[in-house]
Formats: sequence, C-alpha cells, structure tokens
Amino acid sequence: MTGTLGGALLVLAIALPLGATLLAFVHGGQAASRVARGALWLWLALAVAIMAAVIRQGEPISYQIGGFAPPIGIALAADGLAAAMLLAAAIILVAAGLFGRAAYPAPSWDKGGRAAFAYWCLLPALAASLAVAFLARDLFSLFVALEMLTFTALALACLDGRPSQFKAELRYLLFALLGSVLYLLGCALFYGAYGTLDIGLLAGNTRADAPTRLAGALMTVGLLAKMAVFPLHLWLPPAHAGAPPAGSALLSGLVVKGAFVLLVRLWFWVLPGPPVAGAELLATLGAAAILVGSVVALRQEKLKALIAYSTVAQIGYLFLMFPLLMAGDPDAATRAWMGGMLQATSHALAKAAMFLAAGLIVQSIGEDRVAGLCGAARATPFSVLAIGIGGLSLMGVPPSGGFTAKWMLLRASVDTGQWWWSLVILAGGLLTGGYVYRLVAAALSPAPEGATPRPVPRVQEAAVLVLALLSMVLGLLPLSMLGMAQIGQPVMAP
Amino acid sequence: MTAWLLDLPLALGMFGAGAATLAARSLFGAVLGFISTGLIAALVWVRLEAPDVALTEAVIGAAATSVIILYVASRISGGASAPAPPPIAQRLLAATLSVILAALLAHALHALPDPAPSLAAPILETMAPTGLGNPVTAVLMVQRSLDTLLESAVLVFAVFAIWSMAPERRWGRAPGPAFIAEPQGPLTFLAKVLPPIGIVIGIYIAWVGADAPGGKFQGGTVLAAMWVLPWIAGLIAPPSISDMRLRLAIAAGPLVFLMVGLAGFAVADGFLAYPPGFAKPLILLIETAMTLSVAAALACMIAGPPERRAQP
Repeated sequence: MTGTLGGALLVLAIALPLGATLLAFVHGGQAASRVARGALWLWLALAVAIMAAVIRQGEPISYQIGGFAPPIGIALAADGLAAAMLLAAAIILVAAGLFGRAAYPAPSWDKGGRAAFAYWCLLPALAASLAVAFLARDLFSLFVALEMLTFTALALACLDGRPSQFKAELRYLLFALLGSVLYLLGCALFYGAYGTLDIGLLAGNTRADAPTRLAGALMTVGLLAKMAVFPLHLWLPPAHAGAPPAGSALLSGLVVKGAFVLLVRLWFWVLPGPPVAGAELLATLGAAAILVGSVVALRQEKLKALIAYSTVAQIGYLFLMFPLLMAGDPDAATRAWMGGMLQATSHALAKAAMFLAAGLIVQSIGEDRVAGLCGAARATPFSVLAIGIGGLSLMGVPPSGGFTAKWMLLRASVDTGQWWWSLVILAGGLLTGGYVYRLVAAALSPAPEGATPRPVPRVQEAAVLVLALLSMVLGLLPLSMLGMAQIGQPVMAP
Repeated sequence: MTAWLLDLPLALGMFGAGAATLAARSLFGAVLGFISTGLIAALVWVRLEAPDVALTEAVIGAAATSVIILYVASRISGGASAPAPPPIAQRLLAATLSVILAALLAHALHALPDPAPSLAAPILETMAPTGLGNPVTAVLMVQRSLDTLLESAVLVFAVFAIWSMAPERRWGRAPGPAFIAEPQGPLTFLAKVLPPIGIVIGIYIAWVGADAPGGKFQGGTVLAAMWVLPWIAGLIAPPSISDMRLRLAIAAGPLVFLMVGLAGFAVADGFLAYPPGFAKPLILLIETAMTLSVAAALACMIAGPPERRAQP
C-alpha cells in the first residue's frame, strides 16, 4: 500500500491535466480545445472526489510516488487547505474553458490561430501546475511547481501578443525568477541541514539555527516576490491589467494563490517554533498592501488596472492570519486559519469573475475607462451584476465568502488582543466599497446618445455570473462544512 | 596537504570570471565571462567529486545557456554595444544586497551539521533491484521520478510559451531565422565534420547514464548542439511548428514517462513504480524518448519563436 484510501486520486489530479497538455500540444487544431475542455471537467470531478474523500476520512489523504516513503521518495497529500484550493481552481478553470470557447474558438496553424492554440495548451498546463503546488509535500517538488506556474503565467499574460505587454511581462519574469532562485537556495540549505525536503519529516524537527533561519527568510522573500506583496507588488498591476481577460482572471485569481499555499506550508509546517516577530512583519506588509492597494485602486482610470490594484490589496488580507495563528489561542487560531482559507478561495472566485466580466464589458461597449462605463449595465447586465457581487465579496458584505473570511479574521484579531489588525480590515472594507461603488455607479448610469453596444455570447456571461455567485455561496455554507478547511490544520504551540 | 594548490586557483578563478562578467563593457564580453564562470564551476564540481553535476554544469550551464544568450545578444544589437548601465544608486543597492546575502550564506554554510546528513545509503539500497549502476540516474528515474517527469514537462511548457510569443503573421511557420550558407566558410566545414562525431558522443552520454556519469539531459543537449551547428551554417532548416512530427519529438519524453508511470497502477505497486525485473528496460525506454525530447526542445528554445516559411 503506497498511501491512504483515495491516494491515487492525487496522482490523477496531476497526471490528467499534464497528459491533456501534452496531447493538446502534439495534436493541435480543434482537438486541442476539446481535449483541454474535457480534461478540465474531469479535473473538476477529481477535485470534488478528493474533497469528498478528505471530508469522509476526516484526515488528509496521501500517496507515496513509486512506493518509496520519504525521505528517499516523494509524498503527495491533500488536507483541507489543498482540497479547498484544488476545488476552487477547478471551478475557475472550467469557467475559463467555457469562456474560452467563444474567446478562442479556432486553434490552428494559420494566421489567427496562435492565441487559441496557446490558450488550450495553457489551461490544462496551469491545472497541472496548481495540482502539484497544492498536493506535493516536498520542498523541491514544490519548486518544480513554481517553475511550471511561472512559464504558464508568462505565456497566459502575453496571449494578446502586444509588444507593450512583453515589457510588463519581462518585469514579472525578473521578479519571478529572482523568487525562484531565492526559494531554491533555501531548499539547498534545508537539505544540507536536515537531509530531507519532505514537509512531513521536517515538521516539528527543525532547529532555530542560522541555516534554517536564513533558508526560511530567503524562501519567504522569494514567495513574497511571486505573490506581489507590498512593496514587491510593482510588477503585478501592469502584468495583470494588460493580459487578456481570461489571462488576468487566472493570474489574479489562481497563480498568486499557488505561491500563497507554499508560504503557508513553509511557515506553519517547516519553520521551527512560531516565528512571531516574522509573522507580525508579514502582517504589517499585508496591512500596508490593503491600504496602499485600495487607495491606488480608488484612483485608477482604467477598469482592469483598478481590478488589478484590488488584487494587491486583497492579497494583503491573506497575511493577517499569520500573527493571529501564532497568538496561542486555539479558538482564535482556528478562526484565523478558516478566515485565511476563505479569503484565498473567495477572492479567487470573485476576482476571476470580475476580470472576466470586465473583459466582456470592454468587448461590448468598446471602452475601458471607468468613466466611460455608462450604459454597461444595459449592454451587459450579467457582467455588471457579476462585478457587483464579486465586489460585495471583496468588501466583506454579508452574506458572501469574503464577509465570512473577514469576519473570522476580525474576530480572531479581537480575541487575541491584536485589535489594530481589525482597524485595517475595516478600513480596507470601506476603501474597497469606494472603488466597487465607482465601478457599479458608472456602469448603471445611462448610455450616451447613439451608443451601439455589441452583444456578447450568453455562455460567457453565464460562466462569469456563476463564478461570482459561487464566491457569494461560500458565505452561506454552514460552519460545519467550512470546518473541512481545518482537516490537517497545523497545531501551533503557544 | 596540497589540495589548496588546486582549490585556490579555482576559487580565485570563479571570483575573477564573475567580476569580469559584471565589469564587461560589451554584451559579448559579458557572455564570455559567463561561459568562463560556468566552465570553472564545472571544474569545481569535478573537484568536489560530483562528475554528474560537473557534466551538467558544463553542457547546460556553460554551453547551452551561453549559446542562447550569445544568439540573443547578436540579434538585439549585433553584440557591439551594451545597453546603458543602470543608475549608480541601483547598482550600489544590488551590490550591497549581494554582499550581505553572500555573507549570510557563508555564515549559514559554516553552521551546517558536519558530516552532512546523507541519504546515500538508503538510495543505494533501494536502487539495487532496478539494475542501474549510477545512483544519480536512480534518484532521477526511480526514487524522485515525479520531479524528473515534471521537469521534462516544463521543457514542453517552455517551448509552447516561446512559440506563443510569435508575431501573429508568422504563426505556423518554422522556428528561428534563416541563415545563408557559405559553401567554403569555416562554419560550413565544422557543420559538416562535427555532427557525425557529436551525434555519436551525445547518444553515448545518454546511453551510459544508466551506469556512469551522463544521462538524457546532457546527451540531449549535445544532440541539440549538433543540430544547431548545421542550422546556423545554413545547411539544414527546421520543420514548421505545424509539423506534428516536430511536436511529437518535443513531447515524446514526458508522454512516454507519463504512460509508463500510469501503467505502474496496473502492473506494479502504483504510479511510477516499475514491475520487478523490468525496471531497467523501462527506464531505458523513457531515457531514449527523453533524450530525443530534450534535444528537440532545446533546439527549439535556441531557435526561438516561428519566423520564416519552412523550405519545401
């Protein structure tokens, strides 16, 4: 037996999209689109099955590759965190598949077939990369996942083939590669110090010595660069705002979350003791990201730039959970953990919906300035609705996933006496309300005389609205179901 | 006792080559410095008794990467002028950060446990049933095969990422520019003489990897070089990216690897497990496909996005 019951599902969650990528690449043409879409639906089914298996067993499911146990082999595992992220990723990628049927209809080798071929290779490639990032339990395998994510993200962002975008992406590439190098240096130090890179074996066995501290610091900085945490956020807005809508949705919604999961694994499993001072520094950066990102978003002229700065701010919330988890209060720690997980998944769904909706609005009314959105609500009602619903989730208005996330973080910060974080959460919510209001108010104002909006495909609008609604539904789930996020939650010693 | 006689020049050489790379006034000068750094690093690995790493460093770190950089340098500026250096404040900041990082790393390395914890013994124990003689290959193909499978897929990702950056009007054509052959030139001579020898060497390096230093990545790189040389000499032309055989060659390695891995569910203990007695032939099958794919993918990465019509 090389793992727990259901462990083979973890292998399939990686092998299926990987095989689909290779087949789509070799075959090309219309088959590439069909293979990718079919694989993504199957991947969604696998993600549901993994979620069900984790909930049913009440503990993480795992698998040992090739029958070799760590430290010599590599283990895969799905805990509540991995299962939830995998399911959110699968939902968003299936939606991107539906969206792409109209946006990238005809992959071919003739002129005009380029973006479509790349898109249908990239969707399953991104699925495979995320599956490795969420499921692998080995620091080096996770490095490979980071590399896979970098290549797919880069190509997704350049899908339009505009030279101006290449410049933004070159900056992203420099940040991402610097992050990879720092992460890899940390891996080498960990191997030199402990003779293993398996997270399960490292957990609870690391020492607070110079190599471990330096490795932790290097890997953290590397991952922060990849997540575009303030003040390393400069690459994100141009890279995400300039990408085509489906690219922006996947980059903002999913790719940054891959690095986030790695950071959580590093901090709560690998690093010795609770590094409280470091966690407070992370949360301070997160708080700065919330305030600066939101204020800058408020002032943006362009629709997609506004949404991209909103990503900088929303990523900030993810860091507030770090000191709250380490305060030594088990109830508050559980709330902080669930708040972080909900923030990661609800932001993924809401942000993907908003970027896709923004793309549809721009396509319909041919205007990408916030001030020029008048009439959008009549031209593309579902898209504007999706932006509104997604915006409510970002603001933290009940009943939405974002509300529950922010409420839990707020409770945890009050319970642990770290009330200053709750001020940041409330201020961030108000500022978010400001920029979401700007979008919705502009979209609801009457269309100018003689405007002739182009119709957009119904299936695209439906996919976008479903994503936004799901980010809302997360807030309606009973607490007992959200409790699955706690399966495998690390126990922090006070 | 006299080990420092070898080590000191190597260490100084690394520093010198690194400094020369940074101080170089032209792009070509910097690339030369980069190549020297890579070659000295390869010697350092030999000195550390890690011949597999040394071979990889020389073939991929020094040679293949340099070819790509050199080629890019010659395309963006003819290599003559370097772009304007960044402002002095930025350079000072980068230098300060690098020095601090180097000092911290030196400090941390000294604090590492000595002797270093090692997995060599359990690796040697578990590789015995596979019939492989080279523990590095065993780690790559048996114990940590998942990483190798994923890395081989990264090569395919990289190729389609590069292709997807082609200008729209050139989509579907052959990778890279066309070179004009000079029938009497020295490059043409080299391109005719070297490949027969180089191909044999590349295949040998890949083949011998099962039992001695070498393997698919190093061998595949040599094979890619033996394609790039006659291509630059204008003697051969790459197929168009719409040619399925080209794409199959690029993806064959990870495809075969994945299929063997999945077959493990049916005929062995699970994913990427080899059935007893068949480990070595299966690994050789994967390595053969991977050598082809590494060669094709690297050649495509050097050539770049599609540019010109394939010659009939």
